[in-house]
Amino acid sequence: MTRFVARRLVGMIAVLFAVSVIVFVFFMVVPKQNPAQSLAGKNATPLLVKNIEEEWGFDESLPVQYVTMMKKVFTGELIQYEPRIPVSDRVVEGIPATFSLTIGAAVIWLFFGLLLGYLSAIRAGGRLDRVLTGVSIAGISIPVLLLAPVLIYVFANQLQILPNGQYVPFSEDPAEWLKHLILPWITLAVLSIGFYSRVLRSNMLDVMNEDYVRTARAKGLSERQVMTRHVLRNSLIPVVTLFGLDFGATIAGTAIITEVIFSIDGIGNYAAEAVAKFELPPIMGVALYGAFFVVLVNAIVDVVYAYLDPRVRLGESPSR
Amino acid sequence: MERRAEAERGPWALALRRFLRNRLALAFLGLFALIVAFVLAAPLWANYVAETGPNQEHTVEQLTVDGEKKDVVTPEGKPIGPQWFGAGGKFFLGADGRLGRDEMVRLMYGGRTSLLIGITAALLATILAIVLGLMAGYFGGWVDSLIARALDVIWSLPVFLIGLAVGIALAVGGLDLGIVELSGGSLWIPIAIISVFTVPYIARPIRGEVLALSEKEFVEAAIAQGVGPLRVMFSEILPNLASTVIVFFTLMIANSMLFEAGLSFLGAGVQPPNSSWGTMITVGVELLRIQPLLAILPGAMIMLTVLSLNIVGDAVRDALDPRGKSRLDAALQFEAQAAATRPLGETSLP
Repeated sequence: MTRFVARRLVGMIAVLFAVSVIVFVFFMVVPKQNPAQSLAGKNATPLLVKNIEEEWGFDESLPVQYVTMMKKVFTGELIQYEPRIPVSDRVVEGIPATFSLTIGAAVIWLFFGLLLGYLSAIRAGGRLDRVLTGVSIAGISIPVLLLAPVLIYVFANQLQILPNGQYVPFSEDPAEWLKHLILPWITLAVLSIGFYSRVLRSNMLDVMNEDYVRTARAKGLSERQVMTRHVLRNSLIPVVTLFGLDFGATIAGTAIITEVIFSIDGIGNYAAEAVAKFELPPIMGVALYGAFFVVLVNAIVDVVYAYLDPRVRLGESPSR
Repeated sequence: MERRAEAERGPWALALRRFLRNRLALAFLGLFALIVAFVLAAPLWANYVAETGPNQEHTVEQLTVDGEKKDVVTPEGKPIGPQWFGAGGKFFLGADGRLGRDEMVRLMYGGRTSLLIGITAALLATILAIVLGLMAGYFGGWVDSLIARALDVIWSLPVFLIGLAVGIALAVGGLDLGIVELSGGSLWIPIAIISVFTVPYIARPIRGEVLALSEKEFVEAAIAQGVGPLRVMFSEILPNLASTVIVFFTLMIANSMLFEAGLSFLGAGVQPPNSSWGTMITVGVELLRIQPLLAILPGAMIMLTVLSLNIVGDAVRDALDPRGKSRLDAALQFEAQAAATRPLGETSLP
């Protein structure tokens, strides 16, 4: 186990290093324009550009510049220049909204994904299975960029039963918080519901052929007990890993788009506003913080997984 | 007799026959062909029907619809809705917002950009993947492990977030690598970002296949006959990669198009004056209340294109390997197996 953790830690550090080098190279080294000018923003004064040049040490060698950048990012000294606010402050402000959105969506997608997958698997080949397969493939096929506008149009503009997004903090009004998040949650969850139900179904069908399932039946357990205690439990292991990974990926991917379409004041929306204004420091910060968070979550999931399933530690294929 | 006829046809002809029997796939192949024809017809429609370009503004103009005069954009800033053929095909789908550009013309030209980026990025990624895969198989040893590690690292990146950051950094500052120089608005920027970040999706299976093929008897036989390693790679192994490459290529186009749409929607992909379906959704979302079609149409085009590519890719796989699982299930299994090293799968793209 210790060896596995150590190996995973080395892998994590390699990926984090790669992320920071990619950001450094593409923000500071390869652009045609003077990086100080890019960081300062479109309407920067020459004085500001000069200050940034000195602050970031653009006349130093590249490794020194890299260290300066990393220091700034991880000591909260990375600031956006109009208005002058530390990027980390804005990121922290966005955390409640972003986590409300992603955690809520994750709960929904896990619940419905597993429910549909289970029903599909125990009725494999039947009519219900075919209907659910159709539903999940439709869910996988709808891009968030289409689903979100359609949901807003139908439920907020036409039927007017739900608000078209915005974020109300939970501490202010829990009922409104819930109401405003329903459409964004559905938007984020639909794809994963389809995906997870397919994964669980195919895992369960594989597990059903295992010897221990036959043994369970042979010793006279009811079908229900066989399914829940033996088949479902063993099929969940890969789903748990997938979930940890997809959760991080969702925060760093579709959640950004969902926040923008539903005007939720989270970290993604902050980054998107910066993109629209061509402001680089916030994007640099969000990309690095986000990537570090995702990579960290992935490493933790791997370690937990290895703890649950000893085969992983020995480098065997984790799924069977 | 019949058996012999089957055998004489060869695997490709048999695969084609199996593919042609799949009606659903044929229908979606037809749909994809229609979409391609639609975007290719953009200049024809723009010149002869709409008589305007994709970026031409009609802010204060009026339109004669069935003898009646209408503002293209009302003084309050509301764009005209779909006119169909009321004005002889002008503003067939209405105007795109305050600037009063022809939505139909923009949809056609935007689709060109989206498809162009999707296909080019997929092509580059595939070529890169083949080169990396063959290099890994050819050199083996530390070159192979270096390539495998590099692919693992890209695989574990939150690619959308990093792609977004790199995309906007290059859009602001342009690119200067000494030999290549790109301005911030160049389409090559999103193409390069997408192809590099999606390379592992195809390079990992290809590398695996190259390694498996190099153990096969026919490769051993070729080596025993004195064929050099370079020729083994190109004339023994490369042709056997064809079916994998074909299947993954369609999937890669779909994947790249989704990636592009997400980047462009946020403003870190295609830059003005170019537009794509992704950038059109940005404009459309702002006007969702008054003109919902402006957001929904480009989104629907993206979905139809991606869906048709996925279904065709699936059918090609079934045709080439009739005993294999469907691609969806294979992909799921692959996902689950690779889970321990895989933080971002194909589905986590927007």
